[in-house]
Amino acid sequence: MSELSQWGLFLLIGAGTFAIRLSFIELYGSLRIPSLLRRALLYVPASVLAALVLPAVVYPDRQAAFDWSNPQIPAAILAGLVAWRTKSTLLTLVVGLGALWALKNLGA
Amino acid sequence: MNYRSGTHAFMHGAHTASPLTTGVIPFGLIAGVSAAGMGMSLTTTMGMTLLFYSGSAQIAVLQLLQNGALPVTMVITALVINLRFLMYSASLAPHLHHLPRRKTWPLSYLLADQVFALFSLRSASGELGRYAFHYYVGAAITMWLGWTLAVLAGVILGARIPEAWSLGFAIPLSFLALLIPSIRSAATLCAAVAGGTLAVLAVDLPYNLGMLTASLGGVIAGLTVELLRKDLDTARGNDAEQETS
Repeated sequence: MSELSQWGLFLLIGAGTFAIRLSFIELYGSLRIPSLLRRALLYVPASVLAALVLPAVVYPDRQAAFDWSNPQIPAAILAGLVAWRTKSTLLTLVVGLGALWALKNLGA
Repeated sequence: MNYRSGTHAFMHGAHTASPLTTGVIPFGLIAGVSAAGMGMSLTTTMGMTLLFYSGSAQIAVLQLLQNGALPVTMVITALVINLRFLMYSASLAPHLHHLPRRKTWPLSYLLADQVFALFSLRSASGELGRYAFHYYVGAAITMWLGWTLAVLAGVILGARIPEAWSLGFAIPLSFLALLIPSIRSAATLCAAVAGGTLAVLAVDLPYNLGMLTASLGGVIAGLTVELLRKDLDTARGNDAEQETS
């Protein structure tokens, strides 16, 4: 992608994000969220984030071949447990990266 | 708390937000390091950071750029991730809509998860009074500075981080750190399982369209489970009523 079209893309996403943030503050009283959308929005974070995380963990090189010996899988499971118990971003990152490093350098 | 002045409210906002910056700094560093690792220039990276002012959307778009996804996929993904701001905007509107545009536009740009959480907690109890705007700006500017400076630091550090640290893995890990707390019920768990599994199965679809399809499937799964559980509850409720009558 060229530098110029990249800026165009970022501008578009930036403007769209701003419009979403401003929406109800600007149009107070004349805009309501439909109830189905309001309920669907509750499931967006879990669904989108899982759809971003799982393929990136399972296919490290974006080659769609499943490989049980891929060290990212146990490292991600460990990091997931840390995230669940501690709710700390920093600890999740440190444990996940540390586990991957250990599996790559000490395991084989 | 009763504020003596606008400055007092602003400082209190900044003070309550500052511990929360520790939650966004790792994401900012990852965004900066990843962008630098992809060969993105400092200007482009910071331009992206200022235009988006949304960490999860920015990291997602960086990952999609790396995968060579279609631009339309990137726009839809980023905006879907940011749809949560629609709910924040709706819930803040009663407290902020009366302000003039020269205030509502900047404060809308600065709206972030942590700012929403802090502000809605305090505006609900009515303790902000006439200095609500000052409190908001104090908290929002603190979060904005924490995020922007963290990305900048990440870009500068980026080139110096050795390959052996596998920092590419930090992107899925940072999403994992957001994903786990978002699972709060059986329905959200099903949304995550469906979204994740579908994305793994559909990874061969071109231009990362699998990711969008999977996300939609996850949302539908979540709604379905919610509906089924509600039916089940109503059925149980009816049974109970019949037994007592």
